[in-house]
Amino acid sequence: MNSKTKSLLKIAAVIFAAAVLAYAALYGFQIAGYKIIPIKDAIKLGLDLRGGVSILLEAKPKAGEKITDDKMTGAEKVIRNRIDQLGVAEPLIVRQGDSRILVELPGVKDAERAQELIGKTASLQFISADNEVILTGENVVDAKAVYGEQNEPLVSLKFDSEGAKKFAVATEKYLEQPIAIMLDDQIISAPTVKTIITNGEAVITNMPSIEYAAELAALIRAGALPVDLEQRQVTTVGPTLGADSIDKSLKAGTIGVALVLVFMLFFYRLPGLVADFALLVYILMVLTIFSGIGATLTLPGIAGFILSIGIAVDANVLIFERIKEELRNGKSLRAAVDAGFHRALTTIIDSNITTIIAAVVLLYFGTGPVKGFAVTLIIGIAVSMFTAITVTRVILANLVSARLITNKKLFGA
Amino acid sequence: MKTYKIMERKYIWIGISLIVISLGFVFMAFRGLNWGIDFTGGNILHFDLNQSYDLARARAILEKLDIKEFEAKKAGDDQQELIIRTVELSKDLQAKVQEALRQEWPETELVRAETIDAVIGKELQRQAIIALIIANIGMLIYITFRFELYSAIAAVIALVHDVLVVVSFYAIFNVPVDSTFIAVILTLVGYSINDTIVIFDRIRENLRVMNKASFDEVANLSISQSLSRTINTSLTTLLTITALYFLGGETIKDFTLALIVGISAGTYSSIFIASPLWSILRGKTQAAKA
Repeated sequence: MNSKTKSLLKIAAVIFAAAVLAYAALYGFQIAGYKIIPIKDAIKLGLDLRGGVSILLEAKPKAGEKITDDKMTGAEKVIRNRIDQLGVAEPLIVRQGDSRILVELPGVKDAERAQELIGKTASLQFISADNEVILTGENVVDAKAVYGEQNEPLVSLKFDSEGAKKFAVATEKYLEQPIAIMLDDQIISAPTVKTIITNGEAVITNMPSIEYAAELAALIRAGALPVDLEQRQVTTVGPTLGADSIDKSLKAGTIGVALVLVFMLFFYRLPGLVADFALLVYILMVLTIFSGIGATLTLPGIAGFILSIGIAVDANVLIFERIKEELRNGKSLRAAVDAGFHRALTTIIDSNITTIIAAVVLLYFGTGPVKGFAVTLIIGIAVSMFTAITVTRVILANLVSARLITNKKLFGA
Repeated sequence: MKTYKIMERKYIWIGISLIVISLGFVFMAFRGLNWGIDFTGGNILHFDLNQSYDLARARAILEKLDIKEFEAKKAGDDQQELIIRTVELSKDLQAKVQEALRQEWPETELVRAETIDAVIGKELQRQAIIALIIANIGMLIYITFRFELYSAIAAVIALVHDVLVVVSFYAIFNVPVDSTFIAVILTLVGYSINDTIVIFDRIRENLRVMNKASFDEVANLSISQSLSRTINTSLTTLLTITALYFLGGETIKDFTLALIVGISAGTYSSIFIASPLWSILRGKTQAAKA
């Protein structure tokens, strides 16, 4: 194989790889059991783009109370339990920092109902078949999932002394009858009393699995040690505004990208065309990574991404300007391309590392939106260095060495 | 290639920036920044009235409901939308606002509602400030290590300059300072430092071969050599943001406009602030040595 064929093959390989990436991103496909979902289906949209209610809750400690991790986990479980009753598709419930929970309910229009349901403090009650309240959460000291003597999963409950007395009376009165455990007016378990329990330690049997038992125990604990949650931030976005935002930002993005593509082509001719190709690869790769890491796309996120497209061609601009300079100094095309890449490289690395230092600090010290911003920035820089340097170089250097281009004018010099 | 005489007028360039920033500070001192609800707490109610309307009448309706502090503005492509920012309103009052607007314009729909507690915004602000200070120290160290201390100081001052210009923009045009302000500053820091380093890199390279030249001459040549890159990268970036500004919808207009200002300031500072500062700082030490 002569060197010209080799060069052409390398270019073909890069274009083929890009075509596969583009096809996978646009239409998705299946290989050997692996399924690649098209980006537009895989990427998650933020509430500002799809509409819905977002509520940021913060635990408010009562006098002398300490907000522990366990309590927050409990509160999160209680909220999840309530949202499941609402029947919201794909709710997002995440802990933020030590004392906050972010709840996002896509598609929900009635913010008030959601707020009422989510914001209220959990209440736990033990109720008999004839509707008598036997105990409340205040009497429950602990609930945990354990294995019984036959290795069967159980929930073990412990009451305080007052609870133990009440429970002893109740278990005698309602022997062989069920006692319902109610969390927020919903029955989470209704075990039947098998014996009279006087020591304040009960077990719930008939658990299908240890996971189920753990879940139930967590709910009981959460109800027993309720945390008061305050609503710090509530945002409701109507579905029309969300759809409108997607349309507009897509349109703006398309036009912005088109302008950059035309600019590069006009200003840098052939290398500009190669840079345009690299830029399209950049867009595809970043979107693929976003959907791969499960990032949620929000309106500011789209704006940042569109901005990064403008910045992504920077490395190419640096390289091409260098190539032009080398050509002006009388170097041959091949030498100029090599020198251009070589000399621009330190500049690109130094300038990008400085930006990455800033991004890493933001990632480390920031939370929520600041962190998201930093991740986007780092992904953008890393990918743009790959596409603008590696992809462009393979194509351009091989075009030159295959002697497909010999005219220096094609470089805009 | 033409070598531009930028260093010859360095005090003019620095002076222009100082005037802009001072103007910003004057506005800040007399009127203060227009803190958005992310920092003051309150509500945003965004309605689509689905017909053209008179803003003054909408304002009158709000005043009639005894809402003391509010800002109302038209929005949307056909100016049929109404965005109201208020101090915190009760649920009841929010419903009343919607009701009253519906009586006047029956097609009125609430398309977005936000209730924000000032705690979150203030915390985000504090966090961003701390992160920025640490990031600046990190960049200072890296640039000192890769270049030298004077480049590092000049680059970081140029960065602070860009931030101050953007703050001045918010102050002079009374743009609400909300969490997008933080996003603008963070974006700007990443962008602007990059721009400055590219020129410093050229200076470093030229210094090796230009033994006899003054720092001003080296800076002039380096700026001229990287000028088309500086302009082209700013242009491609501005092309995308400008497209967003005009077509991206109402919700990100403030964000994109501030970015346009910031990126312009960043481009200006890497040519007209960072390099002159570097030359001044280096020149002083050189004179001391001589």
